[in-house]
Amino acid sequence: MRILSLAGRRLAASVPTLILILIGVFLLLQFAPGDTVDAMMAQMGGGDAATARQLRHFYGLDLSIPVQLGNYLWRLVRLDLGFSAIYGKPVATVILERLPPTILLMTASLSFAFFFGILFGVIAARDVNKWPDTLISTLGLIFYATPSFWFGLMAIVVFSVYLQWLPPGGFEDIGGVRTGIWHAIDIARHLVLPTLTLGLIFLAIYLRIMRASMLEVLNLDHVRTARAKGLDETAVIARHVLRNALLPMVTLIGLQAGTMLGGSVVVESVFSLPGLGRLAYESVVQRDLNTLLGIVFVSALLVIVVNFVVDLLYARLDPRITVDG
Amino acid sequence: MSDSVLSIEDLSVRLPVGADRARALANVSLSVSANEILCVVGESGSGKSVMANAIMRLLPPEVRIETGHIMFERSDLCAASLAEMRHVRGKGISMIFQEPMTALNPLRTIGDQVGEMFSVHTDLSKADIQKKVKGLLADVRIPDPDGAARAYPHELSGGQRQRAMIAMALALDPKLLIADEPTTALDVTTQAQILKLIRDLQRRRNTAVLFITHDFGVVAEIADRVVVMQRGVVVEQGPAAAVLSHPQHAYTRQLIAAVPPLQAPPPRPLASENILTLSGVSKTYRSGGFLGRGARVTAAVKDVSLVLPKGATLGIIGESGSGKSTLARCIVRLIDPDQGAIMLDGKNWAAMSHRDVRRETRHIQMVFQDPFASLNPRRKAAELVAQGPIVHGMPRAEAIAEARKLFALVGLDPAAGDRFPHEFSGGQRQRIGLARALALKPDVLVADEPVSALDVSVQAQVLRLLAELRAQLGLSIVFITHDLRVAAQICDLVAVMKDGAIVEHGPTHEVFGSPRHPYTQALLASIPGGDFMRHRVAAGA
Amino acid sequence: MDALKRYFRSPAAVAGLILLMVVIAMAISAGWLYPRDPLALAGRPLLWPFSNPRFPLGTDNSGRDIAAQIFYGARISLLIGGVATAIAIAIGILVGAFAGYYGGWIDNVLMRITEAFQTLPNFLLLLVLVAVFGSTLTTVTIAVGVVSWPAPARLTRAEFLSLRNREFVQAGRTLGLRDLQLILGEILPNALPPVVVYASVVMAVAILLESALAFLHLSDPNVASWGNLIGLGRDVLRVQWYVSAIPGVAILVTVLAVSLVGQGLNDALNPRLKSR
Repeated sequence: MRILSLAGRRLAASVPTLILILIGVFLLLQFAPGDTVDAMMAQMGGGDAATARQLRHFYGLDLSIPVQLGNYLWRLVRLDLGFSAIYGKPVATVILERLPPTILLMTASLSFAFFFGILFGVIAARDVNKWPDTLISTLGLIFYATPSFWFGLMAIVVFSVYLQWLPPGGFEDIGGVRTGIWHAIDIARHLVLPTLTLGLIFLAIYLRIMRASMLEVLNLDHVRTARAKGLDETAVIARHVLRNALLPMVTLIGLQAGTMLGGSVVVESVFSLPGLGRLAYESVVQRDLNTLLGIVFVSALLVIVVNFVVDLLYARLDPRITVDG
Repeated sequence: MSDSVLSIEDLSVRLPVGADRARALANVSLSVSANEILCVVGESGSGKSVMANAIMRLLPPEVRIETGHIMFERSDLCAASLAEMRHVRGKGISMIFQEPMTALNPLRTIGDQVGEMFSVHTDLSKADIQKKVKGLLADVRIPDPDGAARAYPHELSGGQRQRAMIAMALALDPKLLIADEPTTALDVTTQAQILKLIRDLQRRRNTAVLFITHDFGVVAEIADRVVVMQRGVVVEQGPAAAVLSHPQHAYTRQLIAAVPPLQAPPPRPLASENILTLSGVSKTYRSGGFLGRGARVTAAVKDVSLVLPKGATLGIIGESGSGKSTLARCIVRLIDPDQGAIMLDGKNWAAMSHRDVRRETRHIQMVFQDPFASLNPRRKAAELVAQGPIVHGMPRAEAIAEARKLFALVGLDPAAGDRFPHEFSGGQRQRIGLARALALKPDVLVADEPVSALDVSVQAQVLRLLAELRAQLGLSIVFITHDLRVAAQICDLVAVMKDGAIVEHGPTHEVFGSPRHPYTQALLASIPGGDFMRHRVAAGA
Repeated sequence: MDALKRYFRSPAAVAGLILLMVVIAMAISAGWLYPRDPLALAGRPLLWPFSNPRFPLGTDNSGRDIAAQIFYGARISLLIGGVATAIAIAIGILVGAFAGYYGGWIDNVLMRITEAFQTLPNFLLLLVLVAVFGSTLTTVTIAVGVVSWPAPARLTRAEFLSLRNREFVQAGRTLGLRDLQLILGEILPNALPPVVVYASVVMAVAILLESALAFLHLSDPNVASWGNLIGLGRDVLRVQWYVSAIPGVAILVTVLAVSLVGQGLNDALNPRLKSR
């Protein structure tokens, strides 16, 4: 109950943030050269000023900005994200089609980065300043400095071009009609390289934080007490260090959720995945500002949901967090 | 003579390169017999904690045992392997630490942590362990043992946490209990209770206790034998009564003399006019609450009325949470009081605007508690002292010159003004803080626990300095403290605070000699070694 | 200063400094070594590295000298990295200082705004800014800076929150110092070191962000940047993979250097953490 009320309060506090983002981006987009109608007319192959005026009136783009903003927010409450001129479908439909690959990719990358980050972080902290630590920390630094899109390209060269173990892109084999488990395996094969690519930087971050967190907790007084009670080193780490050291890691997931979503834009472009990130890129290039705004809304929503789950998890792990704490 | 449970022979412990001396301990020899409490006394840097950690082989990797033996149950702990030590720890020798809040794992319940002793060293079933844990918690007289077992450390008070730690340490009936300053972080009244508890448990279970402390009052209260340490060397040891009444070594004598006697000096004549008057000062905090409901209201200061005669020193005594620090900060307007009047020189400080406070601030100045946090680490000492006058319009060169004069006044080398705070010791930093407060020539000085963070011998020096300055400059002082012995030394009037309100006030010798309020009586009774001090004074020491 | 000595005692920090110097040297010497426009056609397209002594790193799809683009690219990366970081840190310190010192509603409002920037994925916001304001060097630099200020702001705010109640700040208040004097003279000099060290992280991310934009053909196409080259190389990845590989190594080395220097600074300025 405490946990729910805690996370619920934080959720309620995110509503103004969401509104702020939407208003901000909406106003920002007003400064863009050319609007949806220009893009539509470009697609149609040109048109005269009268047609432009009619279209603007039809889409309500000739109203004053505050009124447009009000209309937009009102439609948003009813989950109507507008119409995409480029795709000829409602924005909500387009986004929903593209959501699954992105969510799959993010979940896989997060799990990969989190699990291995913890593992290597613990190993590095246990043998601090000896060779496992130096190796792991150096690799971590290099992974952190590697541009993800470049790593993706190089991975394609090695694994798809030369070794031919994995497909160079796409979400699934087009043309092949696979069902059930074979379908799943096919998607999994396609996601191996993208997961590694997106997860690499986060692996580096998590391993660094886990290592630092372990070292910090190992220096705390209660660990000394545990040793004074006669526990052996494994028991000390398992019962008195790990859970305490995990707390900053859990917070980090929430903080990095947005960055990961942004990273998916690049990774999906490199591997030609039909996801939300690539949709964002396409909207920018094709000037489909409605869709872009819709993606902003959905992304912010995703980040807020992830943070909500993180808050629940954190409150479960740490009994010191109270409602007014 | 009963056989010794633990015997340290010629122990030397090496410190890493760059420490302030080569060895943490040099040729230390002592022994603890069964059924006795041995107190190891020393100031910070004496090596007493290092010795405790060496016995348990819990030293950090850079600090090594060089030579010597630690004989426990016929084997040398210095030569024992880590696996062998793990059998000894908790079962043969157990330890309790100074800070109960950080010494317990914040994410596990008390019952879980106490029960861990059994799960590590015995084969008892979970149900049996739970029963034993409840029994232990009842033994250490923790209120509501069942609830305490289910609680997390942050849900208990400091005293209760320390009781839980004692329960944990005594779970397996160890032969030796090492207590490393277990009461230093506790309130005076709680401290007295814990000391009594340790003594009772020791007698009942025949445990040997190695009790580390810096306070000779504690020694007088519970020690059977005493070992005095200074900078890693044992300077004196013997039965407590003997060492206390006839200390042989100069350092021991100095330590005993530094413990302020409880007898107040004869009262000085006080001026008739009051320089500072507080009437009905109150401060309430509200926190939390959702949309204005369910907020937690804490009355930090409740309707306080006091007077400070000119040239006198008023002591405000209270434990942590009594509101004394909040009151001090209200007086200097670091915090804005909600109600009441603070009259200084005809002006009501409680009602002044912030701009006026800034202008008038030269009349009331403050000395802070923490010598490390109260000086900006990036400014030179002379600049720190000169800052006040410069802000109020004095040209910089003149202010620095005045600062150097103040340095001499507080007993520091005027040339030291060019150094940074981290190059000074704790006592010297408090002198700088004092010089800074005096730079604006205030009428009233508010001293918030100015000596609490200092070693006993340094405490005495700073208090003497304060008394001299008071005489020289005719200062009126409000002196906040939790230590009644310090208050007895320097205060003409005292006010005792509890839960935000003044429960008793009056001239020092009256309040201390015949306290009327039960809380004051409890405070006075809680002073460790109170009897010893009264005898000392009676003997004319 | 013993902080400087501590810095040089770490081999990683020294290595980072050397690498950084190399990159800076490349940027400075680009004009002498390659006086012609690096984006001008120089030879046959898609020559392999080391095949022609005139083009030690080969040529790209249009026949431009890769080595020249690498050298000139150093200028772009360092320029964008440096200026964007300066913008981010300046905004961050301003917001964080006022939010942390005053608290109350000022803190609330500023933190809501910071949170808004942090909830929106920063690359997405970058895309929006580029869509709205275009892709010139100036707009991209400012956009990267604008996207990066929340983290320094939170860091500064945390420092101010903890320092505001320190006794030496309270002492300053009792001496009669006013708010601005306290913020600038007492708190800021003590709050700055961790923020300055964090600038290296911001710079590393800024370089990565810009190169990602360039890879997607959304940055300034008229300058020789490493990201642009990687994007170009994508079309010939199957055979002439070196066109993408070489500039990527350049980015890696530069970001690595900046990170190592930042870590070295952090360890040098916080010695008690160094034994970890």
